[in-house]
Amino acid sequence: MSSFSITEPSRTQKWVAGALVVGYALITLLPLIWILTTGFKSPVDAISYPPKVFFEPSLEGYVNLFTTRTRVSPEQLQALPPPASWYEEIVRNRDMVIAGPSRYGERFLNSVIIGFGSTFLSVFLGTLAAYAFSRFKVPLKDDLLFFILSTRMMPPIAVAIPIFLMFRSLGLSDTHLGMILLYTAVNISLSVWLLKGFIDEIPREYEEAALIDGYTRFQAFYKVVLPQAATGIASTAIFCLIFSWNEYAFAVLLTSGTAQTAPPFIPTIIGVGGQDWPAVAAGATLFLVPVLVFTILLRKHLLRGITFGAVRK
Amino acid sequence: MADVRLLGLTKSFGDIKALDTVTMTIANGAFVVLLGPTGAGKTTTLRLISGLEQPDSGDVEIDGRSVLNDTPAQRNVAMVFQQYSLYPHLSVRDNLAFPLRSPLLKTPEPDIARKVAEVADVLRITDKLDNKSTALSGGEMQRVSIGRALVRDPSIYLMDEPLSSLDAKLRADLRIELKRIQSSLGATLLYVTHDQIEAMTMATHVGVLDQGRLAQFGSPREIYEDPVNLYVAGRLGQPRINALPADLFAGAPSGAKTIGLRPEHIAQGEGKASQVTRVEHLGDQTRLHLRLDGHDIVTLTDVHTDLEPGDTVAIQPRNPLFFDASGTRIA
Repeated sequence: MSSFSITEPSRTQKWVAGALVVGYALITLLPLIWILTTGFKSPVDAISYPPKVFFEPSLEGYVNLFTTRTRVSPEQLQALPPPASWYEEIVRNRDMVIAGPSRYGERFLNSVIIGFGSTFLSVFLGTLAAYAFSRFKVPLKDDLLFFILSTRMMPPIAVAIPIFLMFRSLGLSDTHLGMILLYTAVNISLSVWLLKGFIDEIPREYEEAALIDGYTRFQAFYKVVLPQAATGIASTAIFCLIFSWNEYAFAVLLTSGTAQTAPPFIPTIIGVGGQDWPAVAAGATLFLVPVLVFTILLRKHLLRGITFGAVRK
Repeated sequence: MADVRLLGLTKSFGDIKALDTVTMTIANGAFVVLLGPTGAGKTTTLRLISGLEQPDSGDVEIDGRSVLNDTPAQRNVAMVFQQYSLYPHLSVRDNLAFPLRSPLLKTPEPDIARKVAEVADVLRITDKLDNKSTALSGGEMQRVSIGRALVRDPSIYLMDEPLSSLDAKLRADLRIELKRIQSSLGATLLYVTHDQIEAMTMATHVGVLDQGRLAQFGSPREIYEDPVNLYVAGRLGQPRINALPADLFAGAPSGAKTIGLRPEHIAQGEGKASQVTRVEHLGDQTRLHLRLDGHDIVTLTDVHTDLEPGDTVAIQPRNPLFFDASGTRIA
């Protein structure tokens, strides 16, 4: 088969395209690989120059991430009973003992509650609003949609001070609810616009068929529109989660204790006794996991095409 | 099943009057076909009866009771959409079961299974029951969408060109099947089509819509043989009725502007000489295109005719229809 085809790329074209894609993927993955490997380096290896590509892996970064430690003199160390666990041993090798757990776990949990909470709320409200905008005669529809989008037109931090004052007087500062509401407010415009696009593409005939088949409008929405909007809902949820999960500026400003999320917490790990890059890198690596898992779980819904073709255009 | 009455039904979309004071009774057990070109208001009529649209004025009565304030579900009508509208996320089986599982019917699962199997058998889609509804051909989708109506026992079936995208053979089979189902169930049906054969063979009554107005309502033979105006006369008949100036032939009644000649209204052999311009052999019939005093006429002739373009044929009208200047039938 050596026939010329205008649709099928040639062998050389495929190679060039493949090489470009792989090359670009490597470049974009490099920072991630750097963070991932740094998390498993010893503090010395982490700052060595030239950087070490091959190193002896260590869990010290992860141990430091989850613990607080105090330095003890060699004599005190001698007097202690032998280490009870592998992580205690790692710590003792640095002339330290574990004083207690760090706050990383709590902060991580805060991120989970606030991130997923606001994602759920944004997608839930966004779907209802998008459906209404798509299907009903809403007075001033275009103006309302523009108004919703206008909240995206400035950097959110531009309104940080009013929000800070508002939160303080409402008692929402440093609360989970406050952060969930705030991230929902930021995400809702994205969510309404994205989902409206998806729902617009679902022909009304399906709902009409369901209405005649004996269902109420809400049941038609639930049984016919929602399953077909799954693609849009999944991708919107991913975008919302990525924003609220990674958000830093508001988190620094509005949370300090009970509701502090992981992003403002991770840099504070650097603090005690030199710059502990492996622990920071370990914190960042673990921080990636939920978004990654969430995206992989929803990936199958991102495949388009399942909803097309049953209505004659 | 029930009587369905439309009383002065009017509906506008913006400046366009889709339906204009349409009054008609679809008697219990009747098979009513709505005819009319695109935009005549056929689909709008179905949507008003189903409750998907609200009329500007007029009333829809099902079983003697106004249903204007009822939701589509409460009206208990079944509808076959022109665009199939199969639920793409469900299998064929679940599509057919969907109306039976509704809060309206709440059919027990064994009954659902039995009904779905019955309908699938009639429509010859049994082997497709477990397919995704998107993995079907156009004809199969259309049959599933008919099936989704047939599983129910509604007050009326509304069908919007349900056979339009089937191939000729399947269409003929399903036409007979639909008619059989309708008569055996005693079902009431309102059926929209462009297809003359469907209208003539299935309908107990035909309603002809003209720009939102009901031009005529009657049996298929009445509509064909006794049209009230030129518009209705043009709706049925293959080849179409020839509309010619009334003075082309002698004997027109006074006031007649147009003479309407169906192929069977044209006697060949005597009368005015016309030229053959084209002969179309369609197999079961042969169409003869004639030219008479600058007017084109289409008629039928013997299937094995020897006529050729250029030949001369003498023709004269036989029991023709006459219309006045406004198109109204006068004789």
